[in-house]
Amino acid sequence: MINYDVDVAVIGGGPAGLAAAVSAREHGAKNVVILDRNSWLGGILPQCIHDGFGVEETGTSMTGPEYAEKYIEMAKKHGIDVMKGTMVLQFNKKLEITAVNKKGLHKIRAKSIVLAMGCREKTRWNVMIPGNRSSGIYTAGVAQAFINLYNIIPGKNVVILGSGDVGLIMARRLKFEGANVLGVVEILPYASGLPRNVVQCLDDYDIPLFLNYTVTCIDGKERLEQVTIAQVDDKMNIIPGTEKKIKCDALLLSLGLVPENELASDVGIEIDTVTGGPIVNQYLETTLAGVFACGNCLQVYDTVDVLSADAKNAGKNAAKNLTIQKEDKKISAKIVPGKGVRYVVPQRLSECERVHLTLRVEKPQESSMLRVIAGDKELLKKRLPWVNPANMIEIDVNIPSDTIAFMQSLEVTLDDH
Amino acid sequence: MKNFQVAIIGGGVIGSAIARELSKYKLDVVVFEMGSDVASGASKANSGVVHSGINSAPSSLKARFCVEGNKMFQSLADGLGFPVRWVGKCVIAKNEEELSELKRLKQVGMDNSVPGLEIKDGSEINESNVSCHAALWVPTAGITLPYEFTIALAENAAENNVKFLLETKVTGLKKQKNGFLIKTTKGDFNSEIVVNAAGLNCREIVSMLEEPDFQVYPCRGEYLILDKKYRSLVNSMIYPVPVKELGVLGVHITPTIEGNILLGPSAEFIDDAEDKRTTKEMMKTLLKEAREIIPAIPDKAVINAYSGMRCKLASLKEGGWADYQIEEGKQTPGLINLLGIESPGLTAAPAIAKEVTKMISQSIKLKTKNNFKSRRVKGKRFSEMTPQEQSILIKKDDRWGRIVCRCEHVTEAEVIEALSNPLGARTLSSVKYRCRAGMGRCQGGFCTQHIVRIMEGQFNIDVKDMKLKSPDSNLFYGRTREVKDD
Repeated sequence: MINYDVDVAVIGGGPAGLAAAVSAREHGAKNVVILDRNSWLGGILPQCIHDGFGVEETGTSMTGPEYAEKYIEMAKKHGIDVMKGTMVLQFNKKLEITAVNKKGLHKIRAKSIVLAMGCREKTRWNVMIPGNRSSGIYTAGVAQAFINLYNIIPGKNVVILGSGDVGLIMARRLKFEGANVLGVVEILPYASGLPRNVVQCLDDYDIPLFLNYTVTCIDGKERLEQVTIAQVDDKMNIIPGTEKKIKCDALLLSLGLVPENELASDVGIEIDTVTGGPIVNQYLETTLAGVFACGNCLQVYDTVDVLSADAKNAGKNAAKNLTIQKEDKKISAKIVPGKGVRYVVPQRLSECERVHLTLRVEKPQESSMLRVIAGDKELLKKRLPWVNPANMIEIDVNIPSDTIAFMQSLEVTLDDH
Repeated sequence: MKNFQVAIIGGGVIGSAIARELSKYKLDVVVFEMGSDVASGASKANSGVVHSGINSAPSSLKARFCVEGNKMFQSLADGLGFPVRWVGKCVIAKNEEELSELKRLKQVGMDNSVPGLEIKDGSEINESNVSCHAALWVPTAGITLPYEFTIALAENAAENNVKFLLETKVTGLKKQKNGFLIKTTKGDFNSEIVVNAAGLNCREIVSMLEEPDFQVYPCRGEYLILDKKYRSLVNSMIYPVPVKELGVLGVHITPTIEGNILLGPSAEFIDDAEDKRTTKEMMKTLLKEAREIIPAIPDKAVINAYSGMRCKLASLKEGGWADYQIEEGKQTPGLINLLGIESPGLTAAPAIAKEVTKMISQSIKLKTKNNFKSRRVKGKRFSEMTPQEQSILIKKDDRWGRIVCRCEHVTEAEVIEALSNPLGARTLSSVKYRCRAGMGRCQGGFCTQHIVRIMEGQFNIDVKDMKLKSPDSNLFYGRTREVKDD
């Protein structure tokens, strides 16, 4: 066992981990280490060769590798230790991390830990698609890795199930490589990826989008040969007689992302069943003191720009955690999603102050009213012209210290008026 | 043309068990397997149960080989390094009428010399989630990993010089003076004896030599797999009383070695033996029937589905039950047929192998090898080692320090070991079934690219030739653009 002591250990060297590590250094942490299981930094970014990264953050549109490079340079400049090819096996309540790499087993004792493990893609089995277990079925991100990192073509006649952003981007990418993209199939009445991606990746290339459709059977005793798609009603039940068979040799799945939190739940950190990420307070601190969470393992973000901004907060707070004397938390109120709201992060409030909330709504809606309510007090009321589950909403809300006495929990709601 | 003394057609659990048994003797043995690995058919897709012998009529071959095989399992597992756990089984009765069926099963079991059988009151069983009127407790029933068992048998046979020819389909058989001419997709071979262990294709093999006097009725069984989170739902296997009219045991709840729970199998007689599709309707039915035993199974507990195909010699009309047929060809001496080897075939395999060896000894004098390796060297998995063991290994070979499959904590060294198997099986599934890479939550999302790189870089496999599981299950169509070396 090789032993180290560090101020802040960041688990995961993707965009969130890099931003958090840089921010921790900027806010006074001396020894910061990033642990990443891959042989590279940047997480998923190196395979995201399309542009659009960093527009909100810097005003410049970058590709994934360019965006990653920017942060890798910063990490270098700040003298952040990087352990690549290093897999964290577990950590305990004393914040001792056990990790493994080709040099051996490592024990890293950290004063703060930042979780930035990212997410994984949902598979065929998350939605239980019946049929054969053929080859040629890939999650969109895996197909993207094969094409963009290794120049390998996973299919020539492709159907994509799910209209998440990776799926939309892969539709266009496969078209560029000469593949026949036969359609994107989406069970919901609207695309689940960003509207701009629907336009730029499907409409511009005449790729059909089948809304209210799903894949009902996979055929192909060895390689995939055909999928059956069928229309669903508003309760998501298949409408008999609407089945269409599509000959294809590849099925890409873009069914959504699942935060990776096995390390967190193993040590007993509470997980929000809706976001799939740890329950955090406004400092992005989890239910285990000294452990912070950011990036897609906290909640799945729309853009890297917003993700990085939040991750910087996690890094800053992890650094502050080293210097502030832990006073007894004054309060611990819940922030809960109310009518029309699917989730809110953070889920806990530890102090009354100006708080940054991120949330998603349950369904697309024209003009609506977002409210933050404490008991019978309305803390914020904001009209939103148009909302969509695919677009994360960010709001800052002032929570005056006198509210807390009356407050059981803080509720965020969305109403028609 | 290569001459063999014994040619085994089929690398399922039966063919592999026979190969392993014969590898104890000075014999030239070959196994022809049309799939890309052993355990490609029914041997991979079943309940993984080591049966006790309470379900087959006394004096049947099924009963005899099941009971004998069961007794051989523990020492085989110890020697060959595959897992077996004696979790026991409860056959449950919901009412007085079913209780009489339990009594009948107990009697059958006792006639078959199955030890320890006990009928318990519903309140006495060690299963808090199961409510029933009464249960037959069968302590000698166990669970194993069927693919690991088959792979262990085959690899040990290969280490003892049995030749395995994968992706080799037998296309013709001809009786000659001193044996058989065997035509395959990989060329022609001669052998003195042919063992027909072709499973569902056993009739096709017989028909190459004589007119078969039997039919094969494929019967599909679908399964659902529950997440490991729900492992505590049961302690032992829970079976309903058998479905008599189908000749099957009914939808049961089986814990697996890995900690998942299986629900199934269904029983559906179908025409196409190759049609192993799972269906939405059956998924619903399985869940419904399993809930009649354990009402507490949530929808979201289901994380995967698969199906296997039974090789039945009796049709639905005939009641679905027929005994094994293990005998020489009616008009073809030297052809040993193993027909209708369905459940409890996995359990029976080691005993059937002994029987077939005895049959072969009547025409070939068997001499034992002095250098037979009865044990298969199978190290612990990285994830099962103590930190000290892990450190020592990494120091010796740093590939033990690189985790390739993050869900199951499988290292590069283990992936390479899996790909270096003595059978030469090199599919993605071959890796998965040997070291578990790709079997976890992400279903290969993270590790597939790394395994592909290892196949390419260290085993010189062209990306176009990489396969998921079978000869035509290619993974890729090649490169987006070929890089030319200057």
